[in-house]
Amino acid sequence: MINKVVSGADEAVRDIFDGATIMLGGFGLCGIPENCITALVAKEIKSLTCISNNAGVDDFGIGLMLKKRMVKKMISSYVGENAEFERQLLSGELEVDLIPQGTLATRCMAAGYGMPAIFTPAGVGTEVAEGKEIRNFHGKDYLLEYAFDADFAIVKAWKGDTAGNLIFRSTSRNFNPVMAMAGKITIAEVEELVEAGELNPDHIHTPGIYVHRIFQGKDYEKRIEQRTTRIVNQPNK
Amino acid sequence: MPFTKEEIAQRIAKEIKDGYYVNLGIGIPTLVANYIPDHINIVLQSENGLLGMGPFPIEGEEDPDLINAGKQTITTLPGSSIFDSAMSFGMIRAQKVDLTILGAMEVSENGDIANWKIPGKMVKGMGGAMDLVASAKNIIVAMQHVNKAGESKLLPKCTLPLTGVRCIKKIVTELAVLDVLPEGGFKLLERAPGVSIDFIRQSTAGRLVIEGEIPEMNLD
Repeated sequence: MINKVVSGADEAVRDIFDGATIMLGGFGLCGIPENCITALVAKEIKSLTCISNNAGVDDFGIGLMLKKRMVKKMISSYVGENAEFERQLLSGELEVDLIPQGTLATRCMAAGYGMPAIFTPAGVGTEVAEGKEIRNFHGKDYLLEYAFDADFAIVKAWKGDTAGNLIFRSTSRNFNPVMAMAGKITIAEVEELVEAGELNPDHIHTPGIYVHRIFQGKDYEKRIEQRTTRIVNQPNK
Repeated sequence: MPFTKEEIAQRIAKEIKDGYYVNLGIGIPTLVANYIPDHINIVLQSENGLLGMGPFPIEGEEDPDLINAGKQTITTLPGSSIFDSAMSFGMIRAQKVDLTILGAMEVSENGDIANWKIPGKMVKGMGGAMDLVASAKNIIVAMQHVNKAGESKLLPKCTLPLTGVRCIKKIVTELAVLDVLPEGGFKLLERAPGVSIDFIRQSTAGRLVIEGEIPEMNLD
Protein backbone atom coordinates (compact mmCIF):
# COMPACT_ATOMS: atom_id res chain seq x y z
CA MET A 1 0.00 0.00 0.00
CA ILE A 2 1.26 3.51 -0.81
CA ASN A 3 2.20 5.32 2.37
CA LYS A 4 0.95 8.94 2.57
CA VAL A 5 2.15 9.72 6.09
CA VAL A 6 4.14 12.87 6.81
CA SER A 7 5.65 13.82 10.16
CA GLY A 8 3.28 16.67 10.99
CA ALA A 9 1.70 19.93 9.93
CA ASP A 10 4.99 21.70 9.13
CA GLU A 11 6.04 19.01 6.68
CA ALA A 12 2.52 18.79 5.25
CA VAL A 13 2.37 22.49 4.31
CA ARG A 14 6.08 22.81 3.43
CA ASP A 15 5.61 23.75 -0.22
CA ILE A 16 2.54 25.99 0.01
CA PHE A 17 3.77 29.11 -1.72
CA ASP A 18 3.02 32.83 -1.82
CA GLY A 19 0.00 33.43 -4.07
CA ALA A 20 -1.27 29.84 -3.85
CA THR A 21 -4.98 29.01 -3.99
CA ILE A 22 -5.92 26.82 -1.04
CA MET A 23 -9.13 25.18 0.08
CA LEU A 24 -9.78 24.88 3.80
CA GLY A 25 -12.43 22.47 5.05
CA GLY A 26 -14.87 23.23 7.84
CA PHE A 27 -18.18 24.96 8.49
CA GLY A 28 -17.81 27.82 10.95
CA LEU A 29 -15.19 26.49 13.38
CA CYS A 30 -16.50 22.92 13.06
CA GLY A 31 -14.11 20.52 11.32
CA ILE A 32 -11.40 23.05 10.47
CA PRO A 33 -7.77 21.92 10.00
CA GLU A 34 -6.46 23.55 13.18
CA ASN A 35 -2.93 22.12 13.00
CA CYS A 36 -2.30 23.16 9.39
CA ILE A 37 -3.65 26.66 10.02
CA THR A 38 -1.18 27.02 12.90
CA ALA A 39 1.65 25.82 10.64
CA LEU A 40 0.64 28.21 7.84
CA VAL A 41 0.48 31.15 10.26
CA ALA A 42 4.02 30.29 11.46
CA LYS A 43 5.28 30.28 7.85
CA GLU A 44 3.67 33.68 7.13
CA ILE A 45 2.91 32.86 3.51
CA LYS A 46 1.53 35.85 1.61
CA SER A 47 -1.17 36.62 -0.96
CA LEU A 48 -3.16 33.45 -0.49
CA THR A 49 -6.52 32.90 -2.14
CA CYS A 50 -8.58 30.93 0.38
CA ILE A 51 -11.66 28.94 -0.59
CA SER A 52 -13.56 28.23 2.61
CA ASN A 53 -17.23 28.49 3.53
CA ASN A 54 -16.39 30.89 6.39
CA ALA A 55 -13.44 33.03 7.46
CA GLY A 56 -13.08 32.02 11.10
CA VAL A 57 -13.36 34.37 14.06
CA ASP A 58 -10.87 37.02 15.15
CA ASP A 59 -8.61 34.77 17.18
CA PHE A 60 -9.26 31.32 15.71
CA GLY A 61 -9.35 29.50 12.40
CA ILE A 62 -8.74 31.56 9.25
CA GLY A 63 -9.01 34.65 11.46
CA LEU A 64 -5.44 33.90 12.57
CA MET A 65 -4.27 34.03 8.94
CA LEU A 66 -6.16 37.27 8.33
CA LYS A 67 -4.53 38.86 11.36
CA LYS A 68 -1.10 38.16 9.78
CA ARG A 69 -2.34 39.61 6.45
CA MET A 70 -1.65 36.35 4.66
CA VAL A 71 -4.88 36.37 2.67
CA LYS A 72 -5.34 38.34 -0.54
CA LYS A 73 -8.73 36.94 -1.45
CA MET A 74 -11.48 34.96 0.31
CA ILE A 75 -14.01 32.90 -1.60
CA SER A 76 -16.78 32.12 0.90
CA SER A 77 -20.54 32.02 1.40
CA TYR A 78 -20.75 33.68 4.82
CA VAL A 79 -18.14 35.75 6.63
CA GLY A 80 -19.99 37.55 9.36
CA GLU A 81 -18.12 36.61 12.52
CA ASN A 82 -14.82 38.42 12.18
CA ALA A 83 -14.03 42.09 12.96
CA GLU A 84 -10.51 42.02 11.44
CA PHE A 85 -12.02 40.58 8.26
CA GLU A 86 -14.45 43.49 8.11
CA ARG A 87 -11.68 46.01 8.68
CA GLN A 88 -9.51 44.61 5.87
CA LEU A 89 -12.49 44.39 3.54
CA LEU A 90 -13.54 48.00 4.10
CA SER A 91 -9.94 49.26 3.78
CA GLY A 92 -9.56 47.42 0.47
CA GLU A 93 -6.71 45.17 1.69
CA LEU A 94 -8.82 42.06 1.22
CA GLU A 95 -10.78 40.94 -1.81
CA VAL A 96 -13.91 38.90 -1.17
CA ASP A 97 -15.96 36.77 -3.52
CA LEU A 98 -19.24 35.79 -1.88
CA ILE A 99 -20.95 32.84 -3.54
CA PRO A 100 -23.93 30.69 -2.59
CA GLN A 101 -23.07 27.85 -0.20
CA GLY A 102 -24.40 25.11 -2.47
CA THR A 103 -22.52 26.58 -5.43
CA LEU A 104 -19.34 26.58 -3.35
CA ALA A 105 -19.79 22.93 -2.38
CA THR A 106 -20.74 21.83 -5.86
CA ARG A 107 -17.82 23.66 -7.54
CA CYS A 108 -15.56 21.64 -5.20
CA MET A 109 -17.44 18.46 -6.06
CA ALA A 110 -17.14 19.14 -9.79
CA ALA A 111 -13.36 19.47 -9.47
CA GLY A 112 -13.18 16.15 -7.64
CA TYR A 113 -15.39 14.44 -10.21
CA GLY A 114 -13.40 15.77 -13.16
CA MET A 115 -16.21 17.96 -14.47
CA PRO A 116 -15.22 21.45 -15.70
CA ALA A 117 -18.47 23.16 -14.76
CA ILE A 118 -21.96 22.77 -13.35
CA PHE A 119 -25.35 24.37 -13.92
CA THR A 120 -27.18 25.61 -10.83
CA PRO A 121 -30.30 27.76 -10.38
CA ALA A 122 -28.81 29.48 -7.28
CA GLY A 123 -28.37 33.18 -7.96
CA VAL A 124 -30.41 33.42 -11.18
CA GLY A 125 -31.89 36.93 -11.37
CA THR A 126 -29.50 38.27 -8.70
CA GLU A 127 -26.14 40.03 -8.79
CA VAL A 128 -24.47 36.60 -8.50
CA ALA A 129 -25.56 35.97 -12.11
CA GLU A 130 -23.84 39.06 -13.53
CA GLY A 131 -21.56 38.16 -16.43
CA LYS A 132 -22.37 34.45 -16.22
CA GLU A 133 -23.67 32.19 -18.95
CA ILE A 134 -27.33 31.20 -18.50
CA ARG A 135 -28.91 28.10 -19.99
CA ASN A 136 -32.56 27.15 -19.89
CA PHE A 137 -33.41 23.51 -19.18
CA HIS A 138 -37.05 22.38 -19.12
CA GLY A 139 -38.26 25.97 -18.74
CA LYS A 140 -35.97 26.98 -15.86
CA ASP A 141 -32.83 29.13 -15.98
CA TYR A 142 -29.50 27.89 -14.64
CA LEU A 143 -26.11 29.58 -14.19
CA LEU A 144 -22.93 28.04 -15.50
CA GLU A 145 -20.41 27.88 -12.65
CA TYR A 146 -16.87 26.57 -13.09
CA ALA A 147 -15.14 23.87 -11.06
CA PHE A 148 -12.57 25.26 -8.64
CA ASP A 149 -8.91 25.03 -9.46
CA ALA A 150 -7.03 24.81 -6.16
CA ASP A 151 -3.30 24.22 -5.67
CA PHE A 152 -3.88 22.69 -2.25
CA ALA A 153 -6.84 21.38 -0.28
CA ILE A 154 -6.44 21.13 3.48
CA VAL A 155 -8.99 19.04 5.34
CA LYS A 156 -9.62 17.68 8.80
CA ALA A 157 -10.94 14.16 9.39
CA TRP A 158 -11.71 12.10 12.48
CA LYS A 159 -9.83 8.95 11.53
CA GLY A 160 -7.46 8.18 8.74
CA ASP A 161 -5.06 5.43 7.77
CA THR A 162 -1.55 5.41 6.35
CA ALA A 163 -3.02 4.90 2.85
CA GLY A 164 -4.83 8.24 3.13
CA ASN A 165 -8.35 6.87 3.58
CA LEU A 166 -10.53 9.21 5.66
CA ILE A 167 -13.55 8.94 7.94
CA PHE A 168 -15.28 12.06 9.19
CA ARG A 169 -17.27 12.48 12.39
CA SER A 170 -20.74 14.01 12.65
CA THR A 171 -21.32 17.44 11.06
CA SER A 172 -17.59 18.17 11.05
CA ARG A 173 -17.79 16.33 7.72
CA ASN A 174 -19.35 19.37 5.95
CA PHE A 175 -17.04 20.64 3.17
CA ASN A 176 -14.13 18.36 4.03
CA PRO A 177 -14.87 15.39 1.71
CA VAL A 178 -15.60 17.52 -1.37
CA MET A 179 -12.55 19.71 -0.80
CA ALA A 180 -10.39 16.62 -0.23
CA MET A 181 -11.36 15.50 -3.74
CA ALA A 182 -10.68 18.90 -5.29
CA GLY A 183 -7.05 19.81 -4.47
CA LYS A 184 -4.12 19.25 -6.80
CA ILE A 185 -2.35 18.37 -3.54
CA THR A 186 -4.63 17.31 -0.68
CA ILE A 187 -3.42 17.42 2.90
CA ALA A 188 -5.43 15.65 5.60
CA GLU A 189 -4.95 16.05 9.33
CA VAL A 190 -6.73 13.48 11.45
CA GLU A 191 -7.46 13.00 15.12
CA GLU A 192 -6.46 9.36 14.97
CA LEU A 193 -4.08 7.83 12.42
CA VAL A 194 -4.11 4.04 12.11
CA GLU A 195 -2.31 1.46 9.97
CA ALA A 196 -3.73 0.55 6.57
CA GLY A 197 -6.15 -2.32 7.07
CA GLU A 198 -7.49 -1.15 10.41
CA LEU A 199 -10.40 0.81 8.90
CA ASN A 200 -13.29 -1.08 7.34
CA PRO A 201 -13.24 -0.29 3.58
CA ASP A 202 -17.03 -0.03 3.68
CA HIS A 203 -16.81 2.83 6.17
CA ILE A 204 -14.39 5.07 4.23
CA HIS A 205 -15.83 8.49 3.27
CA THR A 206 -12.84 9.70 1.22
CA PRO A 207 -10.72 7.12 -0.61
CA GLY A 208 -6.97 7.57 -0.17
CA ILE A 209 -6.42 8.21 -3.89
CA TYR A 210 -7.54 11.79 -3.27
CA VAL A 211 -5.18 12.31 -0.31
CA HIS A 212 -1.49 13.04 -0.83
CA ARG A 213 -0.31 13.73 2.72
CA ILE A 214 -1.74 12.64 6.05
CA PHE A 215 -0.70 13.12 9.66
CA GLN A 216 -2.12 12.80 13.14
CA GLY A 217 -2.88 16.26 14.49
CA LYS A 218 -2.54 17.25 18.12
CA ASP A 219 -4.03 19.53 20.77
CA TYR A 220 -7.40 19.99 19.05
CA GLU A 221 -9.26 22.85 20.65
CA LYS A 222 -12.53 22.34 18.69
CA ARG A 223 -13.90 25.68 19.72
CA ILE A 224 -17.70 26.04 19.82
CA GLU A 225 -19.03 29.17 18.10
CA GLN A 226 -22.59 29.15 19.46
CA ARG A 227 -22.90 27.06 22.60
CA THR A 228 -26.63 26.42 22.96
CA THR A 229 -28.26 24.15 25.51
CA ARG A 230 -31.72 23.37 26.80
CA ILE A 231 -33.09 22.87 30.27
CA VAL A 232 -33.33 19.16 31.03
CA ASN A 233 -37.10 19.00 31.35
CA GLN A 234 -37.84 21.09 28.29
CA PRO A 235 -39.99 19.18 25.79
CA ASN A 236 -37.97 17.11 23.35
CA LYS A 237 -38.57 19.12 20.18
CA MET B 1 -53.33 42.51 18.53
CA PRO B 2 -50.50 41.83 16.08
CA PHE B 3 -48.84 38.45 16.55
CA THR B 4 -45.64 37.96 18.52
CA LYS B 5 -42.72 36.13 16.91
CA GLU B 6 -43.75 32.98 18.77
CA GLU B 7 -47.30 33.27 17.41
CA ILE B 8 -46.00 33.72 13.85
CA ALA B 9 -43.97 30.52 14.35
CA GLN B 10 -47.02 28.77 15.81
CA ARG B 11 -49.15 29.74 12.79
CA ILE B 12 -46.50 28.54 10.33
CA ALA B 13 -46.27 25.21 12.17
CA LYS B 14 -49.86 24.56 11.04
CA GLU B 15 -48.62 24.46 7.42
CA ILE B 16 -46.35 21.50 8.13
CA LYS B 17 -47.75 18.12 7.17
CA ASP B 18 -46.92 14.64 8.42
CA GLY B 19 -43.95 13.16 6.56
CA TYR B 20 -42.40 16.48 5.53
CA TYR B 21 -38.67 17.11 5.27
CA VAL B 22 -38.25 20.74 6.37
CA ASN B 23 -35.42 23.27 6.30
CA LEU B 24 -35.73 26.05 8.88
CA GLY B 25 -33.82 29.32 8.53
CA ILE B 26 -32.40 31.40 11.36
CA GLY B 27 -34.66 33.61 13.52
CA ILE B 28 -38.45 33.12 13.65
CA PRO B 29 -38.25 29.99 11.43
CA THR B 30 -36.12 28.23 14.08
CA LEU B 31 -38.97 28.73 16.58
CA VAL B 32 -41.37 26.78 14.34
CA ALA B 33 -39.81 23.51 15.58
CA ASN B 34 -41.27 24.23 19.04
CA TYR B 35 -44.86 24.09 17.75
CA ILE B 36 -44.98 20.87 15.71
CA PRO B 37 -47.83 18.77 17.17
CA ASP B 38 -46.85 15.37 18.59
CA HIS B 39 -48.85 13.41 16.01
CA ILE B 40 -46.95 15.03 13.12
CA ASN B 41 -43.67 13.32 12.21
CA ILE B 42 -41.22 15.46 10.31
CA VAL B 43 -37.47 15.50 9.67
CA LEU B 44 -35.51 18.72 9.96
CA GLN B 45 -32.70 19.31 7.47
CA SER B 46 -29.70 21.43 8.39
CA GLU B 47 -27.85 22.44 5.25
CA ASN B 48 -24.36 21.97 6.69
CA GLY B 49 -25.12 18.27 6.31
CA LEU B 50 -27.70 16.71 8.63
CA LEU B 51 -31.16 15.18 8.43
CA GLY B 52 -32.94 14.49 11.70
CA MET B 53 -31.85 17.49 13.73
CA GLY B 54 -32.88 17.22 17.37
CA PRO B 55 -33.14 19.75 20.20
CA PHE B 56 -30.26 21.63 21.78
CA PRO B 57 -28.17 19.37 24.03
CA ILE B 58 -28.44 19.55 27.80
CA GLU B 59 -25.55 21.37 29.44
CA GLY B 60 -22.39 19.29 29.54
CA GLU B 61 -23.38 17.24 26.49
CA GLU B 62 -22.47 19.78 23.80
CA ASP B 63 -20.48 18.19 20.97
CA PRO B 64 -18.29 20.63 18.98
CA ASP B 65 -18.56 18.28 15.98
CA LEU B 66 -22.36 18.47 15.96
CA ILE B 67 -23.79 21.85 14.98
CA ASN B 68 -26.60 23.23 12.83
CA ALA B 69 -26.45 25.76 9.98
CA GLY B 70 -26.61 28.56 12.58
CA LYS B 71 -23.45 27.05 14.16
CA GLN B 72 -25.39 26.19 17.32
CA THR B 73 -24.71 22.97 19.21
CA ILE B 74 -27.53 20.48 18.60
CA THR B 75 -28.38 16.79 18.89
CA THR B 76 -29.53 14.12 16.46
CA LEU B 77 -32.76 12.14 16.67
CA PRO B 78 -33.17 8.39 15.98
CA GLY B 79 -33.06 7.86 12.21
CA SER B 80 -30.84 10.85 11.50
CA SER B 81 -28.12 10.89 8.86
CA ILE B 82 -24.99 12.93 8.17
CA PHE B 83 -23.60 13.85 4.75
CA ASP B 84 -21.28 16.34 3.10
CA SER B 85 -22.27 19.84 2.02
CA ALA B 86 -22.45 18.97 -1.70
CA MET B 87 -24.99 16.21 -1.05
CA SER B 88 -26.88 18.52 1.31
CA PHE B 89 -27.43 21.06 -1.45
CA GLY B 90 -27.95 18.23 -3.91
CA MET B 91 -31.05 17.11 -2.02
CA ILE B 92 -32.21 20.74 -1.82
CA ARG B 93 -31.68 21.30 -5.55
CA ALA B 94 -33.39 18.01 -6.40
CA GLN B 95 -36.44 19.16 -4.39
CA LYS B 96 -36.32 16.31 -1.90
CA VAL B 97 -36.89 18.86 0.89
CA ASP B 98 -40.66 19.51 1.04
CA LEU B 99 -40.73 22.89 2.75
CA THR B 100 -38.32 25.75 3.38
CA ILE B 101 -39.12 28.41 5.95
CA LEU B 102 -36.98 31.53 6.03
CA GLY B 103 -36.91 35.17 7.01
CA ALA B 104 -36.84 38.15 4.65
CA MET B 105 -36.05 41.85 4.57
CA GLU B 106 -38.37 42.40 1.59
CA VAL B 107 -40.75 40.36 -0.56
CA SER B 108 -42.25 41.68 -3.79
CA GLU B 109 -45.74 41.03 -5.14
CA ASN B 110 -44.33 38.69 -7.82
CA GLY B 111 -42.57 36.55 -5.19
CA ASP B 112 -39.03 37.97 -5.35
CA ILE B 113 -37.17 37.93 -2.05
CA ALA B 114 -34.33 40.07 -0.65
CA ASN B 115 -32.73 38.86 2.57
CA TRP B 116 -28.93 38.95 2.32
CA LYS B 117 -27.49 42.37 1.62
CA ILE B 118 -28.05 46.01 2.55
CA PRO B 119 -25.98 48.41 0.43
CA GLY B 120 -23.66 50.48 2.60
CA LYS B 121 -23.63 47.93 5.40
CA MET B 122 -21.11 45.14 5.99
CA VAL B 123 -22.18 42.23 3.80
CA LYS B 124 -21.86 38.90 5.57
CA GLY B 125 -22.92 36.73 2.66
CA MET B 126 -25.86 34.74 1.41
CA GLY B 127 -24.88 31.42 2.98
CA GLY B 128 -27.29 28.82 1.64
CA ALA B 129 -30.23 31.19 1.11
CA MET B 130 -29.82 31.60 -2.66
CA ASP B 131 -29.59 27.85 -3.18
CA LEU B 132 -32.67 27.26 -1.03
CA VAL B 133 -34.91 29.86 -2.67
CA ALA B 134 -33.82 28.92 -6.20
CA SER B 135 -34.73 25.26 -5.75
CA ALA B 136 -37.35 24.77 -3.05
CA LYS B 137 -40.80 23.82 -4.30
CA ASN B 138 -42.54 25.34 -1.31
CA ILE B 139 -41.20 28.37 0.57
CA ILE B 140 -42.90 30.17 3.44
CA VAL B 141 -41.49 33.50 4.56
CA ALA B 142 -41.71 34.46 8.23
CA MET B 143 -41.24 38.20 8.56
CA GLN B 144 -42.38 41.46 10.08
CA HIS B 145 -44.93 43.23 7.88
CA VAL B 146 -43.23 46.62 8.35
CA ASN B 147 -39.65 47.60 9.23
CA LYS B 148 -38.54 49.54 12.29
CA ALA B 149 -39.19 52.82 10.47
CA GLY B 150 -42.78 51.71 9.87
CA GLU B 151 -42.29 51.09 6.13
CA SER B 152 -43.87 48.12 4.43
CA LYS B 153 -41.66 45.14 3.61
CA LEU B 154 -44.28 43.75 1.20
CA LEU B 155 -43.52 45.76 -1.90
CA PRO B 156 -44.44 46.15 -5.58
CA LYS B 157 -40.74 45.56 -6.30
CA CYS B 158 -37.83 44.82 -3.96
CA THR B 159 -35.43 47.73 -3.41
CA LEU B 160 -32.61 45.65 -1.88
CA PRO B 161 -30.36 43.24 -3.84
CA LEU B 162 -32.32 40.08 -4.57
CA THR B 163 -31.76 36.63 -3.12
CA GLY B 164 -34.12 34.94 -5.58
CA VAL B 165 -36.84 35.69 -8.10
CA ARG B 166 -40.47 34.54 -8.30
CA CYS B 167 -40.00 31.93 -5.59
CA ILE B 168 -42.08 32.90 -2.54
CA LYS B 169 -45.54 31.32 -2.26
CA LYS B 170 -46.71 32.23 1.23
CA ILE B 171 -45.93 34.88 3.85
CA VAL B 172 -46.82 34.93 7.54
CA THR B 173 -46.33 38.23 9.37
CA GLU B 174 -47.42 39.69 12.71
CA LEU B 175 -50.49 41.06 10.90
CA ALA B 176 -51.55 38.52 8.31
CA VAL B 177 -51.20 35.33 6.29
CA LEU B 178 -50.87 36.03 2.57
CA ASP B 179 -50.36 34.01 -0.60
CA VAL B 180 -48.29 35.38 -3.45
CA LEU B 181 -50.45 34.97 -6.55
CA PRO B 182 -48.91 33.47 -9.69
CA GLU B 183 -50.08 36.53 -11.67
CA GLY B 184 -48.66 38.87 -8.99
CA GLY B 185 -50.15 40.39 -5.85
CA PHE B 186 -50.50 39.49 -2.17
CA LYS B 187 -53.75 37.64 -1.52
CA LEU B 188 -54.92 38.23 2.03
CA LEU B 189 -55.97 34.91 3.60
CA GLU B 190 -56.09 35.61 7.34
CA ARG B 191 -55.54 38.51 9.70
CA ALA B 192 -54.17 38.60 13.24
CA PRO B 193 -56.91 38.79 15.89
CA GLY B 194 -58.27 42.35 16.18
CA VAL B 195 -56.19 43.68 13.28
CA SER B 196 -58.35 45.48 10.71
CA ILE B 197 -58.17 44.97 6.98
CA ASP B 198 -57.61 48.71 6.63
CA PHE B 199 -54.52 48.48 8.84
CA ILE B 200 -53.17 45.60 6.74
CA ARG B 201 -53.88 47.61 3.58
CA GLN B 202 -51.95 50.60 4.99
CA SER B 203 -49.06 48.31 5.91
CA THR B 204 -48.83 46.65 2.49
CA ALA B 205 -47.15 48.69 -0.25
CA GLY B 206 -47.55 45.98 -2.91
CA ARG B 207 -50.87 45.08 -4.55
CA LEU B 208 -53.16 43.56 -1.92
CA VAL B 209 -55.95 41.28 -3.13
CA ILE B 210 -58.95 40.93 -0.81
CA GLU B 211 -61.79 38.59 -1.69
CA GLY B 212 -64.74 37.89 0.61
CA GLU B 213 -64.55 37.55 4.37
CA ILE B 214 -61.04 37.44 5.85
CA PRO B 215 -61.00 35.22 8.95
CA GLU B 216 -58.81 35.83 11.97
CA MET B 217 -55.72 33.63 12.31
CA ASN B 218 -56.39 30.61 14.43
CA LEU B 219 -53.55 28.93 16.28
CA ASP B 220 -55.42 25.82 17.45
